[in-house]
Amino acid sequence: MVFYVFAALAVAGAIVVIAHSNPVYSAVSLVLTLFSTAVLFILLHADFVAVIQVLVYAGAIMILFIFTVMFLNLRPESFKFDSKYMYFKVSVFFVLLLLVGYFASIGFRMGLKINYAGEPPDFGSAEGVGTVLFTDYLLPFELTSVLIVAAIIGVVAIAKKREG
Amino acid sequence: MTAWIILVPLIGALINGLVFASGFWKKVLRGDEHTEHNVVNIVGCGVVLVSAIFSTILFIRLLSLPSADRQIIETLFVWIPSGDFSVSFEVMFDTLSCVMALIITWIGFLIHLYSIGYMHGDKAYAKYFTYLNIFIFFMLTLVLANNFPLMFVGWEGVGLASYLLIGFWFNDTEKAYAGRKAFIVNRIGDFGFILGIFLIFFLFGSVNFQEVFGKALDPSFMSGVSAVAITAVALLLFVGAVGKSAQIPLYVWLPDAMAGPTPVSALIHAATMVTAGAYMMARCNVFYSQSPTAQMIVVSIAALTAFLAATIAITQNDIKKVLAYSTVSQLGYMFMAIGVGAYTAGLFHLLTHAFFKALLFLGSGSVIHALSGEQDIRKMGGLRKFIPVTSYTFLIGSLAIAGVPFMSGFFSKDEILASVYDGGYMIHWILALITVVLTAFYMIRLYILTFEGKSRVPEALKKHIHESPYTMTIPLVVLAVLSIFGGYVGVPEFMGEVVGLHDSNFFDKFVSSSILLDGTRHIGHHLFGHWALVAFSIGAAALGILVAFYLYYIKPSLPDKIAESEAVKPLYELSLNKWYVDELYDYIIVRPYCYIAEQLAKFDTKFIDGAVNGVAAVLKETALTLQAAQSGLLRSYASLMAIGAAAILIIIMLWQNF
Amino acid sequence: MAVSIEHYLVLSAILFLIGAYGVITRKNIIIVLMSLELMLNAANLTFVAFSRALDDMTGHVFMIMSLTVAAAEVAVGLALVVSVYRHKETLNIDVLKLLKG
Repeated sequence: MVFYVFAALAVAGAIVVIAHSNPVYSAVSLVLTLFSTAVLFILLHADFVAVIQVLVYAGAIMILFIFTVMFLNLRPESFKFDSKYMYFKVSVFFVLLLLVGYFASIGFRMGLKINYAGEPPDFGSAEGVGTVLFTDYLLPFELTSVLIVAAIIGVVAIAKKREG
Repeated sequence: MTAWIILVPLIGALINGLVFASGFWKKVLRGDEHTEHNVVNIVGCGVVLVSAIFSTILFIRLLSLPSADRQIIETLFVWIPSGDFSVSFEVMFDTLSCVMALIITWIGFLIHLYSIGYMHGDKAYAKYFTYLNIFIFFMLTLVLANNFPLMFVGWEGVGLASYLLIGFWFNDTEKAYAGRKAFIVNRIGDFGFILGIFLIFFLFGSVNFQEVFGKALDPSFMSGVSAVAITAVALLLFVGAVGKSAQIPLYVWLPDAMAGPTPVSALIHAATMVTAGAYMMARCNVFYSQSPTAQMIVVSIAALTAFLAATIAITQNDIKKVLAYSTVSQLGYMFMAIGVGAYTAGLFHLLTHAFFKALLFLGSGSVIHALSGEQDIRKMGGLRKFIPVTSYTFLIGSLAIAGVPFMSGFFSKDEILASVYDGGYMIHWILALITVVLTAFYMIRLYILTFEGKSRVPEALKKHIHESPYTMTIPLVVLAVLSIFGGYVGVPEFMGEVVGLHDSNFFDKFVSSSILLDGTRHIGHHLFGHWALVAFSIGAAALGILVAFYLYYIKPSLPDKIAESEAVKPLYELSLNKWYVDELYDYIIVRPYCYIAEQLAKFDTKFIDGAVNGVAAVLKETALTLQAAQSGLLRSYASLMAIGAAAILIIIMLWQNF
Repeated sequence: MAVSIEHYLVLSAILFLIGAYGVITRKNIIIVLMSLELMLNAANLTFVAFSRALDDMTGHVFMIMSLTVAAAEVAVGLALVVSVYRHKETLNIDVLKLLKG
């Protein structure tokens, strides 16, 4: 039950993101989607990840988006429905949707069950994540820090206002 | 040492060519012309002299060996090591190649000396001597080779040298065309020769002389080889000889080859290159002696050639053209002898012909030199007073070729006529006899019109008439002496007996050791004995000389009247125009061939070039079309990616189901 | 009421497609970036769902990595957008086609 509610919320938010003409509305709606996804994470017993999602994604990244939208002072764009490849794109989308349905049907037959009973006690908690992160996946962890440093430097270099 | 005979002229050619002819000396080292002239002379003539001396040394060495063993073989290196087919640079000095080598090197040396005087002042002096040395190199390779491919290398090489030397003054288009014609006609013959070599390898499994001839002499081996195969081999090789030695139908290049400098005509087109065919056939005597059909064909073509060429020579007005047709005619004699299996007789005539024909050509060169380039005998006459040495040596040469007794030509020609008669070829013998008359006639005509009688020389040239320098007259004298006395090495036995000499035919005995299979058939009707035949040939020669003497000396205005008369005029025109053979070839062969070549050229431009350009054009169109995808629009990139992903998913989906 | 894993997968697929549609369709580059985020989020959901189904923490770790990368990418992307806007005064991706050819 909870799942369906929040799933619907997520989808609704996504549709608003892509459909609305005002970028600010899109951004806020994206926040909604991200929140719903976090709830879904909690449903999946992934507590730590859900919190991280809210903190980083919905918190930092979306703030960044809204900052930029405000900074660039974007006007709502006109959402013309009769642009050139519109019908083509819509049809591609529906083809892909059909594909989703097909794969879903396969998946349902596969019967991968969620083990609601026998999961390890610290599954999804900070302890559990920490244990794996700092032992098996230490190298990727360190590499992400390098990545973030690179991104910071890149951002500063690119967005700097050049004098003269 | 045998190999050095061949290699020394090559070194000479390389020195002269790379240092002097290429302009290196003059332009890079800024050397002076006088030194160049002297060094070129010394190197050019010197290397030939060295080869001549080596050949003589080996000749003496051969004499010291017993008759059956007269063969020196030397291998330099393996040229084509290809499994069963292994060809090496192998030289063989036996009596046959010895005779040829001596002729080539000594007469070659004399002609080199002569060229010093004749080509004096020519702009491409060094180039001339380079080419001459190259020719000597290839010719020696030809005669000293011990296997067919190497002989063919020499064969082709002399063709090349001939082309280069005929078209030596290539700035005159006609002369360049003459060189081209020689090479192309020669090539036709070479094609036959190559096919012959292929057939030989196919039949005998080898191309080495000893192996091939060894097998060919073995009756048990030859019983497995059909007569047709042997005849085919013989005839294919003969095709090569027809091209190289100017027999019918491939003789047309030789008269045109007179465009080259006269010493070239003397060396290449009288004494050596054109005799390569005769040498080759004498070398392959094993084949010819086993194929009566081939022999018949060879004799017939040779007799026809001798007769036809003589009929053209009697009316020609260019001094060199008369000599050219005379060469063709005498080559016919040589091939007649080879055709009836009398190989040594043919070679003997080759030897004497080398002497007097070279003499005649060099003499004509001397005349041309004296008259500052005039070659038309209608504008000559009475030159004996001015250029006595030339004129007397020329007379000696003419008498020798006519077959006057006790000169070299008499013995050799007689031997040929006798062997043709003995072989039972009556008609050919009669043709040859008539040709003797014609030969004597045109040679004496030539001599009289050039040197005797009233002088018809234009006044402007008369002032400059002078005897040639010593470098030119000395070879003339040497050759004249040889023309008289050179024949005594081959006096036939029945004549030698008369003066008490036994085994007088030294030449025959010497060369015979190289002739592995005698091919003569003694089925002559024996109506006439030896002496009767001799009488016939002397009579024929005398007839020709007397008629010429009467027509041109005693009554000089008579020949023109005869030529104009109704009965004779058509024949005269035919003879003067060489029986229109060149025109015939042009019409039947050259024009269709050029037409086909043009059509193919058009085809090439249209289709093949079109195809290549078409491919390029298609690629260009494809590239332009595909370029539309690089629009720079983010959206199209993204949509294409999505479509691609969808396509892959669909494919996987379908794949799983099957 | 327990929901089987397929529901999560289908949901994530739908979210992904919606994001893809947004990337292809929208003219404003910032909206395109936002749709891109949507796609990444859908992928993250898949990761966590499978991690739950297979009882393996690896999925969580990967989700964290993916999140980090998305953050860095957004930062750099927006910096680029700002820089482009300064030069071209437009954010219409149909106009920004300097890579043509």
